[in-house]
Amino acid sequence: MMIFFWVVLLLISLSMIALIYRLIKGPSVPDRVVALDALGVALISMIGVISILADTIFFLDIILLLAILAFIGTVAFSKFLEKGEIIQRDNNPK
Amino acid sequence: MITILSNILIILTIVVGVIFIIVTAVGLIRLPDVYTRTHAASKSATLGVMFILLGVFLHFWLIEGHINSRILLGIVFLFITGPIGGHVIGRAAYLTGVKLWDQTVVDELEPVVAKRKKEQNK
Repeated sequence: MMIFFWVVLLLISLSMIALIYRLIKGPSVPDRVVALDALGVALISMIGVISILADTIFFLDIILLLAILAFIGTVAFSKFLEKGEIIQRDNNPK
Repeated sequence: MITILSNILIILTIVVGVIFIIVTAVGLIRLPDVYTRTHAASKSATLGVMFILLGVFLHFWLIEGHINSRILLGIVFLFITGPIGGHVIGRAAYLTGVKLWDQTVVDELEPVVAKRKKEQNK
């Protein structure tokens, strides 16, 4: 059973290497943001498997934290790309 | 007996999740432009991580014997925010003018964006 979880961890790490290749090479900025988003998601599943391997429940708070951080990062990057500012101060510009 | 059955259930869900994450990586390497890559990343990565977290939840429930509600909260949060992130970054990519793949058949957003730009310039 433990060997199975180690193999799962190895496969997730290999797919993360593929995502890092896209993150470095990606021709445009949105490509890199997509790769970062998928990297955060792969990291979440990696932490789930690690918490099984380490036989502890204390890592499971990190899952929620990383999910929120990945989502906020993606939305902030795309707002920045679209409008050039992240927080819109004036909602009715004249 | 119960232990063997629950182990089979956990292994099944985690294997499905890992297959979806590998599909995400292959799609991000092989697909031609940013929109198809967004398609690969947002859907299959979300489904894969949901299956893996379901397997982790089943492991801590059936083997260790305590229900962890934070994993369920994480699954629901990822289910809501994964497609939203993909949509938002695809929209930002289109509005900043990233080129489509040269074999794209139809671009339905182009007349809408042109019309709105004309209305704004009036």
